[in-house]
Amino acid sequence: MEVEYSGDVMTLNMGPQHPSTHGVLRLELKTDGEIVAAAIPHIGYLHRCFEKHVENVDYAGVVPYTDRMDYCAAMNMELGYVLAVEKLMGIEVNNRVRCIRIVMAELGRIASHLIAAGTYGNDIGSFTPFLWCFRDRERILDMFEETCGARLLYNYNWIGGLMFDIKPGFEDKLIEFLDYFEPQVDNLNRLLSDNWIFIKRTAEVGILSPETAISYGVTGPNLRGSGVKFDVRRDEPYLGYDEFDFEIPVGQGEYGPVGSCWDRYMVRIREVKESCKIIRQAVAKLTPGDVHESIPKRIKPPAGEIYMRTECPRGELGYYIVSDGGLKPYRLKVKSPCFTVMSAFEEVSRGAMISDVIAILGSFDIVLGEIDR
Amino acid sequence: MQSIAELLGLLPGYSSIPETYRALIPVVVSCVVIFACMALAVLFAVWLERKVSAHIQDRLGPMYVGGWHGWAQTLADAVKLLLKEDIVPASADKLLFKVAPFVVFLGAFAAFVVIPFGASSFVADLNIGLLYVFAVGSLSVIGIIMAGWASNNKYSLYGGMRAAAQIISYEIPSAIAIMTVVIPVGSLSLVEIVNAQQGGIQNWFIFRYPPLVFLGFIIYFIASLAEVNRTPFDIPEAESELVAGYHTEYSGMRFAFFFLAEYANMFLVASVATALFLGGWTWFVPESVVPQFIPGPVLFFGKVLALVFVQMWLRWSLPRLRVDQLMYLSWKVLLPASLALVLGVGWVTVYW
Amino acid sequence: MNAQEIAALLTEKFGGRIIESKSDGINPYSIVDPAAILEISRFLCSDERLALDHLELLGGADYKDRIEVVYVLYSMKHHHRYTVKCRLPRENPSLQTVESVWKVANWHEREAFDMFGIVFEGHSDLRRILCPDDWEGYPLRKDYKYPTSYRDMPV
Repeated sequence: MEVEYSGDVMTLNMGPQHPSTHGVLRLELKTDGEIVAAAIPHIGYLHRCFEKHVENVDYAGVVPYTDRMDYCAAMNMELGYVLAVEKLMGIEVNNRVRCIRIVMAELGRIASHLIAAGTYGNDIGSFTPFLWCFRDRERILDMFEETCGARLLYNYNWIGGLMFDIKPGFEDKLIEFLDYFEPQVDNLNRLLSDNWIFIKRTAEVGILSPETAISYGVTGPNLRGSGVKFDVRRDEPYLGYDEFDFEIPVGQGEYGPVGSCWDRYMVRIREVKESCKIIRQAVAKLTPGDVHESIPKRIKPPAGEIYMRTECPRGELGYYIVSDGGLKPYRLKVKSPCFTVMSAFEEVSRGAMISDVIAILGSFDIVLGEIDR
Repeated sequence: MQSIAELLGLLPGYSSIPETYRALIPVVVSCVVIFACMALAVLFAVWLERKVSAHIQDRLGPMYVGGWHGWAQTLADAVKLLLKEDIVPASADKLLFKVAPFVVFLGAFAAFVVIPFGASSFVADLNIGLLYVFAVGSLSVIGIIMAGWASNNKYSLYGGMRAAAQIISYEIPSAIAIMTVVIPVGSLSLVEIVNAQQGGIQNWFIFRYPPLVFLGFIIYFIASLAEVNRTPFDIPEAESELVAGYHTEYSGMRFAFFFLAEYANMFLVASVATALFLGGWTWFVPESVVPQFIPGPVLFFGKVLALVFVQMWLRWSLPRLRVDQLMYLSWKVLLPASLALVLGVGWVTVYW
Repeated sequence: MNAQEIAALLTEKFGGRIIESKSDGINPYSIVDPAAILEISRFLCSDERLALDHLELLGGADYKDRIEVVYVLYSMKHHHRYTVKCRLPRENPSLQTVESVWKVANWHEREAFDMFGIVFEGHSDLRRILCPDDWEGYPLRKDYKYPTSYRDMPV
């Protein structure tokens, strides 16, 4: 989009300390009054050399580091890693492990999408949805805590199995939670998603066309928000997701062009409901078994390489692992969904207003821990 | 004020004070009384806002300080703010930076002198009362621009500029919407306007010429929300965009003055709305049916609180508009609508 | 298309510039001539039969005697995947940018430059992305010496 500038361009550094950059991101805004001529993201403030670290620890020791990438959805982060290593070693896990992993991954997805929706409401200026979402997220974290003792960084998925089996009565709690939670999603819709001001603020800004989205490697809810029906769980199934019955919500552009901020936001809300469906099915499929059954004594994958990706709340998370047959990964590269979507930010936000920049950034739902690794 | 003068007259030795000074004393005393009342009301409003927001958000809010539902929380916060270090940024325009909060505060509090809290509880009954309210109320925008400019911070500057554009734009529809009341009464004096609404709820202006004045009330209420920078119009201090807008760099007592001024402004616009549209201190039913057993000022304050509650309710439910949408609403929706209302009310008053 | 067919198609089209193909493992790949990477990328992305329009991953890897650049590609249309690799010398590794084919390559290449010192010729904005601009050395190289201080601050 071509923008005509009427006066001097002012540089406004938004971040690294700013309430709504979702971490330590710096946006260099070139502003002409309220209009932003260019928004250049600067990342790396949270760089912790994850990829260098893991070259110096053994395979099992990598799991806690993966937790710390996307700390809002740590369950899903470690799941992707252990699946990659299992595939490299040719380990098959039993049905109980599979079902528990799916339950945990989907709970993690709900928890993460709740953060996304809540903070997005906050970005648009409505504070109440944030606390409503956190109230419900607390209950999920309580269940995680009951299972593995941690609320944020779990180290729960182990290569070949799980840290602990679920506690007796966990299934009932889960169903009770879902019964409570599903109506709450409708409440959130009434409060925020269908609010006229919210729609006005989000439904016509930040348009990401399907072609641009694919070219920028945008994945997950952000890609589906642009109307591309693609989900790794469906198109490249892992953990037996193909046996489950669930819909893939895509942006439909009810209130504006397809691929707007509202579409991306709404895809997440709809996904939460689908996750609830998956959890119910996974609980029904739960069979007795030993979750430590196939944990190898010594994790020493054969020399070779693998690229494995899973559907994380923020998009597809890929692990490229090179093994030299030793006890430590020779090279581990992470494909971070937030990293790729952030590279599209400059193009999407060109010519927007300052308020829109915040709206676009919030709708991408980034976590800086994962971008910077 | 007359009653205060009479009360003071009972003091021993009062009549020995020279005449010229004696005329000033009731003015000063009543100003201090109003100031104290409003300061208390603001403290109460801050506490109320916390409780209202907490219950809307499914939590409890302050529960410990002072015992019963944390009633002393705001007092504790005020003490904390008083004791905090007063930081002035090194590159700020020091004089303007220090003066700005008091200008904002002054604008908010000075307007209260013409608000009639009861049949005889007001400091001054100016014949241009409404004009005075608007004029003094607008002082705060100067303070806000001073704060935004003097902070030497880009976010503050954005906040100040947004505030200037917004408050000035919204003063026009709100002033025009008030004309729907001023035309039938034929006076700008708030006391006369309230007196014209005596005799029960059906005489309140909000129910006069339905639905013309009611719409005027709605326009005034929306515009007043924008004037006091409350959500959905809290663009000047939009926390998620501009960090804290014009008061980003303020801390301690100077920040507290901005805070007090915001709540005092909420009370001010609610008081004006009460006096103009909701019958002020007057009773719901004619005196002949049920005599008024609640004192006028208490009734007035109750009505004001109801409006303040609505302001809070809106704040904790609605997202924030964007700058261009805000301007659109003011110039293209509210302004034509209020002009049409004035024409309608004028026609009804003259030809009916 | 499965991996064998893609490898065969590439060999048919580019002949000697496909140095080696390994299409039977869990991660089938072809090693291609670095000088031809842009041409091959354009073909991979635009050919109707391949349509590998989604660059999933672009990263470097240091193998002590060489540096590899890995391109993991996926087709949103045909739902197949293929990996292309380039082998570069460890001294002054450089190859052409594929930014014009997949826009996401911009940031990925910046990261590879930051971590391995691979220079992508023709890149529009080749700066460090994760490390500070004045950082010395390329951290993910195997012979990277850990610095003891950064701007006189102990690390």
